[in-house]
Amino acid sequence: MGVEIKMPALSPTMEEGTLAKWLVKEGDEVKSGDILAEIETDKATMEFEAVDEGKIGKIMVPEGTDGVKVGTVIATMAGEGGAEAAPAAAPEPAEAKAEPAVEAAPAKAEDAEAPKKAESGTAKLESKAKPALADPDIPAGTEYVKVTVREALRDAMAEEMRADDRVFVMGEEVAEYQGAYKVTQGLLEEFGPKRVIDTPITEYGFAGVGTGAAMGGLKPIVEFMTFNFAMQAIDHIINSAAKTNYMSGGQMRCPVVFRGPNGAASRVGAQHSQNYGPWYASVPGLIVIAPYDAADAKGLLKAAIRSEDPVVFLENELVYGRTFEIPKVDDYVLPIGKARIVRAGSDVTIVSYSIGVGLALDAAETLAGEGIEAEVIDLRTLRPLDTATVLESLKKTNRMVVVEEGWPVCSISSEIAAVVMEKGFDDLDAPVLRVTNEDVPLPYAANLEKAALIDAARVVKAAKQVCYK
Amino acid sequence: MAKTTTSRADKAKDASAVPAPADHNRERPDTPVDYKASKEELLEFYRQMTLIRRFEEKAGQLYGLGFIGGFCHLYIGQEAVAVGIQSALEPGKDSVITGYRDHGHMLAYGIDPKVIMAELTGRAAGISRGKGGSMHMFSVEHKFYGGHGIVGAQVGLGTGLGFAHKYRDDGGVCVAYFGDGAANQGQVYESFNMAELWKLPIIFVIENNQYAMGTSVNRSSAEDQLYRRGESFRIPGLQVNGMDVLAVRGATEEALAWVKAGKGPILLEMKTYRYRGHSMSDPAKYRSREEVQEMRDKSDPIEGAKKHLEAAGVTEDELKKIDQEIRKIVAEAADFAESSPEPDSSELYTDVLVEQY
Repeated sequence: MGVEIKMPALSPTMEEGTLAKWLVKEGDEVKSGDILAEIETDKATMEFEAVDEGKIGKIMVPEGTDGVKVGTVIATMAGEGGAEAAPAAAPEPAEAKAEPAVEAAPAKAEDAEAPKKAESGTAKLESKAKPALADPDIPAGTEYVKVTVREALRDAMAEEMRADDRVFVMGEEVAEYQGAYKVTQGLLEEFGPKRVIDTPITEYGFAGVGTGAAMGGLKPIVEFMTFNFAMQAIDHIINSAAKTNYMSGGQMRCPVVFRGPNGAASRVGAQHSQNYGPWYASVPGLIVIAPYDAADAKGLLKAAIRSEDPVVFLENELVYGRTFEIPKVDDYVLPIGKARIVRAGSDVTIVSYSIGVGLALDAAETLAGEGIEAEVIDLRTLRPLDTATVLESLKKTNRMVVVEEGWPVCSISSEIAAVVMEKGFDDLDAPVLRVTNEDVPLPYAANLEKAALIDAARVVKAAKQVCYK
Repeated sequence: MAKTTTSRADKAKDASAVPAPADHNRERPDTPVDYKASKEELLEFYRQMTLIRRFEEKAGQLYGLGFIGGFCHLYIGQEAVAVGIQSALEPGKDSVITGYRDHGHMLAYGIDPKVIMAELTGRAAGISRGKGGSMHMFSVEHKFYGGHGIVGAQVGLGTGLGFAHKYRDDGGVCVAYFGDGAANQGQVYESFNMAELWKLPIIFVIENNQYAMGTSVNRSSAEDQLYRRGESFRIPGLQVNGMDVLAVRGATEEALAWVKAGKGPILLEMKTYRYRGHSMSDPAKYRSREEVQEMRDKSDPIEGAKKHLEAAGVTEDELKKIDQEIRKIVAEAADFAESSPEPDSSELYTDVLVEQY
């Protein structure tokens, strides 16, 4: 009886990876800490270490295999003495490096009281539904290609950098590391270190440099590793970038794009899990974009880079790896400030943006099964808000739910509710309901995280409530 | 108060007991020498400094009369700094950015006093069309990038302007001015780090007027010799008598030579003094009347320039003629600023964004 070595999860959101290389062969003696294999995900390549001593038995998954699911047995190992049972559920020694292996060894005792492999509350934010309705501007018969959001963002930057030599990208780990979330992968290779610039860890500083460079006539893309870190830089985003055109009577422009992941990630706790959409969307002088699918990510990032105004472009880490179809056209640019109806329906309007759109679509499927046809609107741009599309839909459905992966107070949901109350009151057959995260800092514990975040079931419930069903 | 322009090298020589710094073999700028100005240049320095002095006095009066609102930070006493530095720059090529005490820098960059004063009074003809005010004025045409109200923000932004000069390889240099108060902001050091790391063409100028609002340098700064503040980033610093326009210009020449040779940023600490309060509302409790008077009597930059002019053979009458011209310019600017109309109410929603969405 040996130990099963399983495909580890090397990040909170990893579901599968490539077994790039075996560094041991069958029959090798290994001890704790030896590197067994290199494993690649769409984000990074990481080394996988042994936690037990023993001899490598059989290698079950050959190197070069793609799409190996987390938890798959990739090799067996004869334990110490050759015959001991796997201490799979035993706590690992207090050694920091053992971390991946802990996740790689899910407890076998499914019926045990102890928590199983910690599942993130953000698993609830996953969605199988795809936005169905194409952007109205795309000509019929256009060919589509499958692209991840991550690739779409990179392609948008690369295309704009090819077209305009004033465009450059700066931020932490954007160049040699290829992006902390691999969004800037390949850019250094194509554009060189003059235009793809690794900064020190100095958010306030490089936000100032980017903003100043924009004032000086360049078109910077400033990447924040996450928007949580942009809190250190928010002064430049608001006081320096957003207000300059107005304060200068229209003579000094500031065409900078601040971009990076925003919103809850997976099991990273309160300081790394916040949606800043409402914060930035409250500031006149800024454009705020928060796309959901890959086509919108690409088309809107290209528009953001071309804009003469400062743009806050809010991405979502949990969506980076999702694949969507993108129209295969030469220069795919979308209009800023236009929402999109991603599912047509007549009974209730569900308004959302970013990762919430996936949940809204899931909820719409469920609702359809119960005879309620929901219309789903992806706001896409949070400032300026396309209230016309929202109000138009309300005229048709007379009921509205707003879905937001973020706090409820002073939120985009509150804003939509206020606008609908002011301008669409006569069209309402029920009060607007908000489905938002709970009003607490995001907790770490998996069960609490799950309780704090929105999910499709909550959307379904709210939609039924406004339909009085 | 530094009597002469000194460099760290000089100081090290003076203090023989102090061990040589570990980086003693690092290249340093030469000790600057006072600029040898021609008579015409001297007259121009005098003219510009006097223009700033009279303009600011007038602004103070208009504030008292209620024509200017909000905050209004006067440059009186510090004139030699902006005039000495900017006389060495190429307007339209080199860029300048500063904080909220910005009227003097704009005048020294040749921007029309009328549109500056009209901005102070919040009129449509103001350089920011009345929407910026005293602290928020810009002239893209002159490469004057503000006018920033958040203490220290101009250092990060200026570093970005330096970045743009280098990116475009346009031969321009950015001068980023900030005060002794801003010198304690964290982003200043974040900017220093990147500026030196990337060898950006930027001159950081600390206008040390000795008080951050009411807090003296000694009460706020662990290292009160502010020209040393770049040392740990390998940015050399020079301490300069900021009350002497020729010393300022001389140090600027040295700084420009350093930066234009591709050696990266340099830091100039201009030891200067403001005669007036931090802003128009200042309790004046943190320093004595005598201290201010002594600076006025012994170190006034305009009186200093006058002495040089007399030595160059310029007569009192010639100077009086300049003074009269300047009084006329300032009076016209004030009339213009008082009489021109406020922005049309339709301007409220213009310029929020550049494009239509």
